[in-house]
Amino acid sequence: MSAAPTTGETILDVAGLKTYFYTRAGIVRAVEDLSFTLKRGETLAIVGESGCGKSMTALSLMRLIPEPPGRIAAGSVVLEGRDLLKLDEESMRQVRGNEISMIFQEPMTSLNPVLTVGNQIGETLRLHQRLPEAQIKARTIEMLRLVGIPEPEQRAREYPHQLSGGMRQRVMIAIALACNPKVLIADEPTTALDVTIQAQIINLMIDLQRELGTALILITHDLGVVAETAQRVIVMYAGRKVEQASVEAIFDRPMHPYTRGLLDSVPHLTSISGDEAPEHLNEIPGMVPALSNLPQGCAFAPRCKFADDQCTAQYPPFERKGDGHWAACWHSDRLGGDSNA
Amino acid sequence: MPDPVLEVTDLKKHYPIKKGLLRRTVGNVYAVDGITFSVAEGETLGLVGESGCGKSTAARAVMRLVEPTSGSIKLEGQEIAHLGKKEMRPFRRQMQIVFQDPFASLDPRMTVGDIVGEPLQVHGIARASELADRVAGLFTQVGLRAEQMKLFPHQFSGGQRQRICIARALALNPKLIVGDEPVSALDVSIQAQVINLLVDLQQEKKLSYLFIAHDLAVVEHISHRVAVMYLGKIVEYADKKTLFSHPLHPYTEALLSAVPIPNPKIKRKKQILVGDVPSPVNPPPGCSFHTRCPHAMPRCRSEVPQLQEMSTGNWVACHLHQGGKAVAA
Repeated sequence: MSAAPTTGETILDVAGLKTYFYTRAGIVRAVEDLSFTLKRGETLAIVGESGCGKSMTALSLMRLIPEPPGRIAAGSVVLEGRDLLKLDEESMRQVRGNEISMIFQEPMTSLNPVLTVGNQIGETLRLHQRLPEAQIKARTIEMLRLVGIPEPEQRAREYPHQLSGGMRQRVMIAIALACNPKVLIADEPTTALDVTIQAQIINLMIDLQRELGTALILITHDLGVVAETAQRVIVMYAGRKVEQASVEAIFDRPMHPYTRGLLDSVPHLTSISGDEAPEHLNEIPGMVPALSNLPQGCAFAPRCKFADDQCTAQYPPFERKGDGHWAACWHSDRLGGDSNA
Repeated sequence: MPDPVLEVTDLKKHYPIKKGLLRRTVGNVYAVDGITFSVAEGETLGLVGESGCGKSTAARAVMRLVEPTSGSIKLEGQEIAHLGKKEMRPFRRQMQIVFQDPFASLDPRMTVGDIVGEPLQVHGIARASELADRVAGLFTQVGLRAEQMKLFPHQFSGGQRQRICIARALALNPKLIVGDEPVSALDVSIQAQVINLLVDLQQEKKLSYLFIAHDLAVVEHISHRVAVMYLGKIVEYADKKTLFSHPLHPYTEALLSAVPIPNPKIKRKKQILVGDVPSPVNPPPGCSFHTRCPHAMPRCRSEVPQLQEMSTGNWVACHLHQGGKAVAA
């Protein structure tokens, strides 16, 4: 997909975000010192495996971290000049669902089963936009039509269980976009859906983003979805950002061995990409370390074939490796060559 | 070719829908509606399709975990579709299943050593120290350490638990292993480890796999032949290369085109299907795909297309391809 028009104006600026959970097993550093910016109308993908902190990042931006045991220990989340982390709960409620909204993975558990779909879209509008009831109704129908739901007048009167998984996710998108937010966070929006439905939803999100100019943070583990939708990518591992680059650069010349490992371990349709089918997939040996007990130095070192004494002793700085390409690795230079080899 | 390990002919599984005081049957869910396939020794047959297409029901019917409504299931040439519980026993050793969710399929109160050893005990194959030796051997085969036998399932990660499930399935030296989405719940880096393990075990033991998955890239990697299911029926059945490079059925084509490719340089024109899969309670008449098919013709609405062999071993059920020769769309 080609780049959506971005004006280059920064709309969201996250700096030094730390989200910790205080448990009996110790402090779990779910998000550790994360910084990034988001421009108007752009799509930023945050990629990583379970437990890497990508969903916790999303919840931190929305200020939905369960407290206790969790706490945003440090950092700032500046949305158009206002630090969301400094707002009181009442002001944050004005922002949430209005200026920044979120779509979750499981549309069935995120919708209220005893309210009609129309009611749930209207609720957002009623809370944030003080419109007369007739206008709320009209806007609800308009949103349902916008997300491609046939017969919106009838569907608005139905309950979530009467809709299929794909339709429910469309309703979630309608709720999230009802107030025309500046930032939309989508946390694994298509993971629970079948491929043909996934293709429908991804297309819908791209179309709506172009039309409305919403900036999108797409959280996913699916590198195929990333390649087809994002302009920039952040790769997270064990709570930290380990690489950041344009989507082309990430896939072309990853600068972190973890990114490289991820790309190589995913089977892809070789009959379409034209690559030689490997007999064995590349594995990343071992598994993700527990966040409460991270090794000293680079968290990926125990699984990394390039690791040496320097890696186990000291966490590598997040350095510039090329034009708009950053990574936290002591040995990026050894990674050269074609990633899809 | 020698006798296939598994031969399934016209297998059907219908679930009755009962209603009212007298629990009268008012309809059927046509979960699996007449499927035919076979798996040879050392071969992997991939079974793909979207949720609700009947792939898991097919697997369970083959394993005789649900009672098939009709049809024939032959395991190494022997008919097992309608055997009683006792008669099934010796055949159960020959086929084992690995489920999707390794968290739900291991008893949390048993040590993993006991879990892996249980099939050996149930079938009276090994006991005491011999049992422990066999289990230790299985652990090393799947890449776990024998010392870990004393631990409980919660002490393992998702990938390791799936290895335990595989060890349990291997315990009885089966001919056939059915995998019902065995890698879908795993993270990608772990998924690669488990896929490689399955491939290695197959080569070592000449195992046959019936591999069910919705991830087409995984299926392409692991399978030799592939069957595509839609609403309880097989719509296309071919060797992997033919199916992935020259799909014949419009549904297969749409499925393949919907898979996101992890390479931003490849720009494909996507063919996006409209609508959802219809309900298997009330499948559309004629070809059940005609409600979403971009090439649907009047005939598709009334006449059910039969599977036809287009070239050796490559079958498709579509009116666009008749008499063994493709008709231009």
